[in-house]
Amino acid sequence: MISAPDVVAFGGGEELEDDLYREPPLPEEYSVPLFPFAGHGANPWAKVAGSKFTRDFILISEFSEQVGPQPLLTIPDDAKVSGTFDLNYFSLRIMSVDYQASFVGHPPGSAYPKLNFVEDSKVVLGDSKEGAFAYVHHLTLYDLEARGFVRPFCMAYISADEHKIMQQFQELSAEFSKASECLKTGNRKAFAHELEKKLKDLDYTRTVLHNETEAQKKANDKGYYTTQAIEKANELASVEKSIIEHQDLLRQIRSYPYRKLKESEFHPYEPECVLERADTGCDQDSAPSDPAEPGETHLYTHIPSYTPKLIKAKSAKCFDKKLKTLEELCDVYFFTQTLDQLHHIERTFRGDVCYLLTEQISRALLKQQSVTNFLFEDVSFLEEKPPEKQYRGCQGLGQDAMDGKCLEESLTPKVIVSLGSYKSSVECVPIKMEQEMEDSEEPKMSESVMSEPQENLDYLDADIKGSISSGESIEVLGTEKSGLTKSESQASLPVMPSPQAGRSKVGSRRTVSEDSIEVLSTCPSESLIPEDFKASYPSAINEEPYVDNDDERGLRFAPRLSPGIADGRDDVSKQQSLVQVDAACCIGKESPNFLEPVPELGQKPCEEDGVVRIPPQPYRAAEQGLRGGFPAHDGVPGGLRGGELDSRYLSGSREVSKSSLDECSDSTSYISSAASTCSDRTPSPAHPACQAGERHRKRAGQNALRFIRQYPFAHPAIYSLLGGGTLVVLGEDEAMVKKLVTALSIFVPNCGVYAKPVKHWVTSPLHLVDFQKWKLIGLQRTMSPTGVNVLHALSRYSRYLSILDADSKTLRCPLYKGTVVARLADHRTQIKRGSTYYMHVQSILTQLCSKAFLFTFCHHLHLPISEREPEESVVSRRMNFLKLQLGLANEDVKIVQYLAELLKLHYIQEPGQGGNPLLRFDYVPSFLYKI
Amino acid sequence: KSSVQTVGEEQIRNPYTELLVLKGHQDIVRFLVQIDDCRFASAGDDGIVCLWNAQTGEKLFEFHGHTHKITAIAPFSSSDAFEEKNHLIITASADRTVIVWDCTRGRLVQKVSCFHSTVKCLTVLQRLDVWLSGGSDLCVWNQKLDLLCKTSHLTDAGISALVELPKNCVAAAVGKELIIFRLSDSNNESEGWNVFEVKRLVDHQDNILSLVGVNDLTFVTGSHIGELIVWDALDWTKQASECNFWDSVHPDVQKEIKLSQSPNETSVQHLTSDEECVFAAVGKGIYVYNLQMKRVIACQRTAHDSSVLHIKKLPNRQLISCSEDGSVRIWELREKQQLPAEPVPTGFFNMWGFGRANKQANQAAKKMQENTPMYFLELVGDLIGHSSAVQMFLYFGELGLATCSADHLIILWKDGERESSLRSLTLFQKLAQNGDLQLKL
Repeated sequence: MISAPDVVAFGGGEELEDDLYREPPLPEEYSVPLFPFAGHGANPWAKVAGSKFTRDFILISEFSEQVGPQPLLTIPDDAKVSGTFDLNYFSLRIMSVDYQASFVGHPPGSAYPKLNFVEDSKVVLGDSKEGAFAYVHHLTLYDLEARGFVRPFCMAYISADEHKIMQQFQELSAEFSKASECLKTGNRKAFAHELEKKLKDLDYTRTVLHNETEAQKKANDKGYYTTQAIEKANELASVEKSIIEHQDLLRQIRSYPYRKLKESEFHPYEPECVLERADTGCDQDSAPSDPAEPGETHLYTHIPSYTPKLIKAKSAKCFDKKLKTLEELCDVYFFTQTLDQLHHIERTFRGDVCYLLTEQISRALLKQQSVTNFLFEDVSFLEEKPPEKQYRGCQGLGQDAMDGKCLEESLTPKVIVSLGSYKSSVECVPIKMEQEMEDSEEPKMSESVMSEPQENLDYLDADIKGSISSGESIEVLGTEKSGLTKSESQASLPVMPSPQAGRSKVGSRRTVSEDSIEVLSTCPSESLIPEDFKASYPSAINEEPYVDNDDERGLRFAPRLSPGIADGRDDVSKQQSLVQVDAACCIGKESPNFLEPVPELGQKPCEEDGVVRIPPQPYRAAEQGLRGGFPAHDGVPGGLRGGELDSRYLSGSREVSKSSLDECSDSTSYISSAASTCSDRTPSPAHPACQAGERHRKRAGQNALRFIRQYPFAHPAIYSLLGGGTLVVLGEDEAMVKKLVTALSIFVPNCGVYAKPVKHWVTSPLHLVDFQKWKLIGLQRTMSPTGVNVLHALSRYSRYLSILDADSKTLRCPLYKGTVVARLADHRTQIKRGSTYYMHVQSILTQLCSKAFLFTFCHHLHLPISEREPEESVVSRRMNFLKLQLGLANEDVKIVQYLAELLKLHYIQEPGQGGNPLLRFDYVPSFLYKI
Repeated sequence: KSSVQTVGEEQIRNPYTELLVLKGHQDIVRFLVQIDDCRFASAGDDGIVCLWNAQTGEKLFEFHGHTHKITAIAPFSSSDAFEEKNHLIITASADRTVIVWDCTRGRLVQKVSCFHSTVKCLTVLQRLDVWLSGGSDLCVWNQKLDLLCKTSHLTDAGISALVELPKNCVAAAVGKELIIFRLSDSNNESEGWNVFEVKRLVDHQDNILSLVGVNDLTFVTGSHIGELIVWDALDWTKQASECNFWDSVHPDVQKEIKLSQSPNETSVQHLTSDEECVFAAVGKGIYVYNLQMKRVIACQRTAHDSSVLHIKKLPNRQLISCSEDGSVRIWELREKQQLPAEPVPTGFFNMWGFGRANKQANQAAKKMQENTPMYFLELVGDLIGHSSAVQMFLYFGELGLATCSADHLIILWKDGERESSLRSLTLFQKLAQNGDLQLKL
């Protein structure tokens, strides 16, 4: 269970806060949250010091019918990772919270055993004794030899950081579902195969028995049956019954609804093939050849026909036989696939939760900028779908409808609706109570207000899979499941407190119960459907009728919500209605997230002491591309009132970004690198697929930092890149030139969705065509005749070029007097790490992009308002907008204009049509800069 | 060494701030010809003819049919009564064929290969609905590519230039001679057409390189050694009052020229004209000859580093020239504000004008100049893009400028401002079309 220290680990104790309050207030510009424990010599990242393992890992356990819960394997498979952590103990823990009611066997009123295709259950639990928190994913695999044909397994993501598990629940759930799906698919295949073998055995046995009986009959002409004969007949009868049963099982397993797989966009393999296979298998039931014996890597190799064995009437039971290993249970191919997926998960979620969230947020934000993100981001990187999106796709709800809803909800009190759509499964009810709420009383309803719109939307995203409707889950939790739940964690899962109670309870600490396991949340599965309901399915296969559920949900909530919407303006009633809905959801009243109503209540997510207590929330708000609604465009009606628009967001934050951002990010990164007790010291790649890109960024950032510090003329060089000029880095030493090119490449805007227009090393004379293709070129300087040609070409095309001479350390390029680049590349910057600097650059470039976006899509800036309006007035309006509203100075205007031009080109370009690359240039004088 | 005027990096009046490189040829591109408002064709030594959209730079068609380099190209719009205007181009090649291409459908219409020599020039007489091909003889064809008539063999060198004159006449430059041919059609219905030589003008001392019609009354020729003659288009005489400044100079100086300057330096590579003036690309220089004043009113002796290959007068008093040095320059003909103490040189001929007669002529000229406005050519901008000789260019007005070069490329130079606003327009059109402009409520 989670004891008090766990709960406040991040927030810190009261006395510490008091210490902080006693310190003299800092000037505004230094309001960077100083670490409150600094005076005590504690490491802020040491919250997980108690854990016995060094970093997060994945554990697969089984509840073995022979030996009970046992760990099977860990990922990474390294003894050091789990350290002194007691895997056996933890396996026991995680296996004891399985809510899958996987019923297999003879249901009453049914002649044959039924296979139940249960959904996995997803649970989060904490174990403070071990200092471990885990996302636990239960699944059942079929094994003919196992009791009830099922083998319960679970996969657990174990981390010392509770926040990480909670915040990443959706993602973990999605990723583990994939792994589980893969495992189960393989298992079904193997199971079917096993059944076929068994059937053949049985068939053979039957024949043998039959022959024996016949022989006996013949031999026995006494007219009555001997006991032996009766025994044989019984045996034969039971074998025949067994055959029928097994055939039925085979039919069931083969008719597994692959539709689900198709919907989920995740195909471990082509399901059609298997279907086909299964079909043919059904048709010719006694087909001798069968795919993929366990141990066979190739999927569909035909193996020599199986020789049936005689089955002893009394086959050996449980304990004297060895159960199949996981690998045998699900076909090596799928097993390795699953392991790959699990390794992928391990890599994906490696590292500090802050890092993961920041990464997710920035990805989500960048993705939203569908119009501008191609300029500086690697679009292929953004296009990779994050897990939650995939699962959304399979929810049966149209993506579009969802998006639309999200957008609406983020704007209006209709947010409630999203809560309504939050279904039974309280996937991530943060168990942690916020102590602070006690002090702050009503107005400070919740400190995580900032996060709440997203949070609400989180629930929109919530896995519909495991959730039928809230009403149902309440009941269910009250019945068979709640017995377990209640007994183990009464305090943490109050079943039905009134809203008021929920709120007043907020301040109270959770009582400490004896048991150290606490179920933080549970994702009820389909198995919660009453049995009789299931039995009504002719095929006895219970798959979830998604659409129906959705409809049902809609109907169910409509009346309840309408009052809330009606007087949604009123905060109180709004909250009440919120709570109402909450009540419907039965759990989670305690979650501050639910009580946070609407953005209007907006509060700073920070405490007074400035410590950010809420880790960034996963940003999953309306993934609505800007294309759809052009919110920004709408936001500037007339565009001329952009003063306000400008003031804070566009240019006003300059100073802040300069001082605090730098320091903050720097110190953070510094500390995190120095922190030794951090749960993960391993670098955390946000997206393993892009690890190379990540590394590249880091290196580029580092090189760029060095460049900025080293070259006083970095500004004009960067300007010439941002402004659409071509920069040639000229030098003899290839490594040096390439390094410079790498450094500068982060400032090069993309012209399309293709690779960055950067050429690291060229040895031949440049040509005009090259300037169309590349905006940053590393060029070799040689003394040979070709070298002369190279220089000749450079001087000929000098008007299109800025030339950075790496050897003599000179730069020839247009003058720059703007301010943007100064912010972008401050040579006195305190940023020390490449990746941090890269992020800094990214943020400023994104700002530029948004300006360019505004500029591009403001109608009246480019077209006359009335027919008679002369072109000149449009031009002057345009310049006014750039200078006054966007706050651009001198050459910065050109940067935005160039970016706008790229945006236009990108937007009007027909898909599929390459379009001719344009070369734009200005007739401006160049200057020579020297060190 | 270089006395070429440079414009510097700031070129405020140079509108071309955007370029598109059009790739399609594998050899020198020598010809550009305008088909309609937004299309042009290019042809060159690789025998390929490409059709381009001048706005987008999109390659519309690529015509393969000639096996040798293309020597002449002419647009030809046939006007069938039924169909709308059908744009054709005629190309002649060193493989001794002439092909007519359909620009709308992008296919070969007809191929003629009955020539004894390479056709070096093509002229369409739209008025008569016929076209002429000039090689070692002159052939007249109708639209359906029937040979209507032809002249006898003229010279091996062949006709280098043709220009249409009034009264169904054409002037053909054959070596040093200028031959006037007359076409007759209606004499004899069965015969149809006939072409016969009317007059031979032998005033030029060297090969005639350029031949251009100014208006219905005048045409101009220029020769390899720098002679410029203004002819009366009706009676084929040197124009009455012209008396030719050049002629008077010419006999005396010819020898000196040859001593001092290579003929290339003074050859009249190209001529162009508007109603008032004839613009001559002479060697590296550009000269403006006023027809009324009958003298050079402005000049730029070394406009380029190397020979000027093509010049064109723009409507806005600007002049564009392209040269072997790979650059294109934009000039503006400007009036000198105050009377100069020293008159503008009266032409490149002054360079070698030391003869007495010449001096006297100059004196006379000076006197004349004193009460006439003075002009000069100011360099407004230069376009640097080609890496080899710019053979020709085509001015598309607002759409920009297409240049073709020996580096196998065609570059489309565009006004960046205009393109930018056009793109904005397209953008908002597309937005409206996609329904993104509606306020989403």
